[in-house]
Amino acid sequence: MALNADFIGRTYPPSEPYLVGREKVREFAHALGVTDLVSLDVDAARERGYSDLVAPPTYAIRLSMAAAEAVVMDPDLGLDYTRVVHGDQRFEYSRPIVAGDELVCTVTIDGIRSVAGNDMLTTRADIATTDGEHVVTSYSILVARGTDSESA
Amino acid sequence: MTVVEVGYELPEKEFSITRETLIRYAGASGDFNVIHWNQRVATEVGLPDVIAHGMLTMGLAIQVVTEWIDDPSRLVGYGCRFTRPIVVPDDESGASLRVSGSVTAVDDGVATITLKAICDDVTVLGKATAQVRIG
Repeated sequence: MALNADFIGRTYPPSEPYLVGREKVREFAHALGVTDLVSLDVDAARERGYSDLVAPPTYAIRLSMAAAEAVVMDPDLGLDYTRVVHGDQRFEYSRPIVAGDELVCTVTIDGIRSVAGNDMLTTRADIATTDGEHVVTSYSILVARGTDSESA
Repeated sequence: MTVVEVGYELPEKEFSITRETLIRYAGASGDFNVIHWNQRVATEVGLPDVIAHGMLTMGLAIQVVTEWIDDPSRLVGYGCRFTRPIVVPDDESGASLRVSGSVTAVDDGVATITLKAICDDVTVLGKATAQVRIG
């Protein structure tokens, strides 16, 4: 089933604020085997000019994927989420995410197309502080495999 | 940083990805998709075995860049395509990921680093590039 092209350009209301926790940053850094103390040691982060631990660059996916998932579950869009894989990902940073940031995420559907029977959905998630300072934008392409051959 | 010009090669890094790595990353990232930890479900959907999260691979690969730039705020962009999954066997050694990076463009104070991420001689990330502010 083709995706509903009426969704192109649609922007959703901002997510509930997400408070970036120091221990969450540390846990994420440990999971990736990060050794840079800027993500592990508060004193080291402060010595380098940050107010708290600096989240690794891909931490933004925690916010953007959660916000995008809520959107792509919209039954009117017609996406079969059980067939979705993450095809492509890009981040554009104004600054790193730092523990203590309170962030909101605004998702826009940038594009919908069908390639070789696969539905491709491009989402853009703008992540900013609750004060409106832009931090990072996350662009994701989600691919729903072979939905043409499966009736919805 | 040293003088940055096209062709400059960043120090390579090698990562070991075991089932434990996947479980830790699932917990830390909140991505609990079963194909990343449950062999039965992974094989049922046609995969050879459990596979690593694409975002885990992406998060590992960028360390070649972040360790080199030293200041995290220099990173202005990072993107990739998830071309091949990394299959993670249920053994002690798991899968091995080798990441290298080289400067492929310098323009207006921003260097583009192209990353190569290889597992079992196969490139697992496509068009992986990071943009960093230099100078």
